[in-house]
Amino acid sequence: MRIFSWVTKDTNIDFMKFRKAAYVLSIAMVVLSVACIMIKGFNYGIDFSGGILIELKSENKIDMEQVRKQLAEVALDEVNLQSIGDSGTEMMIRAQTKSQDEKEQMKAVNAIKQILGDKYEYRRIELVGPQVGGELKKAGIIASLIAVLAITLYIWFRFEWQFALGAMIGLMHDLITTVGLLSLFDFDISLTTVAAVLTLAGYSVNDTVVNYDRIRENLRKYKKMPQYELLNKSINDIFSRTILTGLTTLLASLALFVFGGDTLRSFSFTIVWGVIVGTYSSIYVSSTMLNLFNLRANQGVEKAINPFGNVD
Amino acid sequence: MYKLSRSRIYIILAICLAGIFFAVPNLVGDKTKLPKWWQPVNLGLDLQGGSNLLLEVKIDDVIKERMALIEDSVRQALRENKIRYQNLKAGAESVKVKIDNINARSKAVSAFRKIDNGLQVEEGSDGVIEIRYTEQALNELKLKIVDQSIEIVRRRIDETGTNEPSIQSQGADRIAVQLPGEQNPERVKALLGKTAKLSFNLVDSRTSAADARRGKLSNTSRLINSAEGETLVIGRKPVVGGEHLVDARAAFQDGIPVVSFKFDSIGGKKFGEATQNNVGERLAIVLDNEVISAPNIQTAILGGSGQISGNFTLESAQELALLLRSGALPAPLEVLEERTVGAGLGSDSIKEGITASVIGLIAVVAFMIAAYGLFGIFTTITVFLNLFLMLGVLSIIGATLTLPGIAGIILTIGMAVDANVLIFERMREEVKNGRSTRDAAEAGFTEAWATIVDSNLTTLVAAFVLLYFGSGPVRGFAVTLAIGIATSMFTSVTVTRLIITGWLQKYKPTKLPI
Repeated sequence: MRIFSWVTKDTNIDFMKFRKAAYVLSIAMVVLSVACIMIKGFNYGIDFSGGILIELKSENKIDMEQVRKQLAEVALDEVNLQSIGDSGTEMMIRAQTKSQDEKEQMKAVNAIKQILGDKYEYRRIELVGPQVGGELKKAGIIASLIAVLAITLYIWFRFEWQFALGAMIGLMHDLITTVGLLSLFDFDISLTTVAAVLTLAGYSVNDTVVNYDRIRENLRKYKKMPQYELLNKSINDIFSRTILTGLTTLLASLALFVFGGDTLRSFSFTIVWGVIVGTYSSIYVSSTMLNLFNLRANQGVEKAINPFGNVD
Repeated sequence: MYKLSRSRIYIILAICLAGIFFAVPNLVGDKTKLPKWWQPVNLGLDLQGGSNLLLEVKIDDVIKERMALIEDSVRQALRENKIRYQNLKAGAESVKVKIDNINARSKAVSAFRKIDNGLQVEEGSDGVIEIRYTEQALNELKLKIVDQSIEIVRRRIDETGTNEPSIQSQGADRIAVQLPGEQNPERVKALLGKTAKLSFNLVDSRTSAADARRGKLSNTSRLINSAEGETLVIGRKPVVGGEHLVDARAAFQDGIPVVSFKFDSIGGKKFGEATQNNVGERLAIVLDNEVISAPNIQTAILGGSGQISGNFTLESAQELALLLRSGALPAPLEVLEERTVGAGLGSDSIKEGITASVIGLIAVVAFMIAAYGLFGIFTTITVFLNLFLMLGVLSIIGATLTLPGIAGIILTIGMAVDANVLIFERMREEVKNGRSTRDAAEAGFTEAWATIVDSNLTTLVAAFVLLYFGSGPVRGFAVTLAIGIATSMFTSVTVTRLIITGWLQKYKPTKLPI
């Protein structure tokens, strides 16, 4: 039954040996992400850009070109057609009206419905005014910043400052590369995507904290062990856990990515990538970079909670 | 050794059973047969289909209107006190007037103070007096306007027969309206797009519209357009206003649709007196600053009821009657955002959500059993229990399950086993360090606890940030994530501990199967 029992075995890998190569990889990924964001920008959904969105379903295959021609008669500013799913019977229309007030948008929606007619099922109709879009964008940015700040503060409170710094750099690494990929692959940036990015932040730090807990414990246990060796040992100690939890979370998010439908596609993509990059960075950014500091500088300060205490 | 006291076992079991009990309605198809306190979780509009509207109450318009009224009062006060003034003008937030004479100015200030308690009167250096609402009065006014608007919106929507609408204020000046099952919110939007301020004003028959345009308009009259394209001069002060209406219905008169209405006693009296004294004159029926019709008063109308005729179809008569019945909105409303999800998409989303959950669940559980064997089976029990507890808690607190919320549940399935993994891995380590079976099992829990708390709290931080900043579906996600963290800590630590301790006591194994 235990065909995966090999996962729960001890490892003795020299993780630290590859740290410099990993630094190069990480820095390259971050730089490329930033470049991609700056050059390409984001594909903002109507949550943030304002505008109208219509999802259509038809009995038969939809001829996108014909729809495009039909829509040319409606006064729209930017029209973006996209098919949904593999069946070719569903599609999405995203458009901006010249002046973005609600009445103008509603007129456009009605005109589109009239031109396309009754042979479609209108599965979703959304109109977002420019004012709301701007506010939501602001709220999303503020939420992300506050989450990073709050998580860093928490780590600082629980660990030494070197750890807080390491966790923050790891977190930024994960967030920037994720956002970079979203930009690269033109994923819709919606409120749900922001939610996914914040969840990823939580997961990534979660993994880092588990590593840090072990590093701190070993610092106390093996007072004479060289730092390089100690970091290696700590990462190895919990490597089986890192893999196991990473895999279960990856399985769950892959199920979501494959079977969860199109509405959640960019959400689940973010999570899938987040699990992978979060696992990588908890070892190769947050943990190995601790070697840059002298972790034993203020040893003796202990911060640990254990509500079970000594029950024996 | 960790003792399993009876009371502790009972409490743990009671929590689990309660969770399962409250989760059960979610598995029942027909919720109408269940009592009110035992209901499944609410489905968000993105899952059941329906329409979301975000409305803005145009409070600024009301304040501007109020300022115009205050301008009138100021003019009157200045006349009564025979004060010379210049540049009397109402702005968006204040009324300004210039008075050069110092004595007259102070006299004017004290006269202005008497107009309304909520006003503050400021004297500028250049002889300009500025009158505006105090901060407090302004806030009270805004709150009142939003509250009244919500009430009127509710009445109008109730009239349409929408099932279980939800109408809530959001932020300082917004109203969020949810219309479950509504596929075409056009009608509702049309109803909410009119303030429906009705008044009856006498037509000033001594002044013609042409005269009025040339400036021969008395202070008590004003120009107004009618729906039929006529320009009329009517008295500024209404004979009676729509606030005195108690009922309005669409009816037929000579086969033509009209709106019949009924006044309360005060309104009936005013209307009666006005019609009695002005037989032969025309009475303008003004709705939202447009004259619907201006019939001749043939006889006094004393019964307190009457009819509005105009260019009505049956539908428009019915709509007007509905608007009049539910009362006028204190301020115009503007739609900022509209999201409508068809029922078909909603049920597809549910199906996809369930498929993804089941497959995710099977994959995670199979993997845990493959990795841990017996302990994987223990984990399976806690994973299922966690799922029930989550659903139970969501149902009890009346949370709304959205599509991202379902995603939150699936993610929790994957992340929740982390606590078990941490515990099992620690046990394995303790065995390796030479501890006895029982000691190692025990140490697994105590040593892993701090790590479990730390790692879950960071995710919880992210969930709370989302809860605070998010709206609608995203909030739903944050709620399931936060609840999932709480319940999973209970199931994977407390319940797993109960199972393993029970197993150790019963079978007294010499080796942990990890």
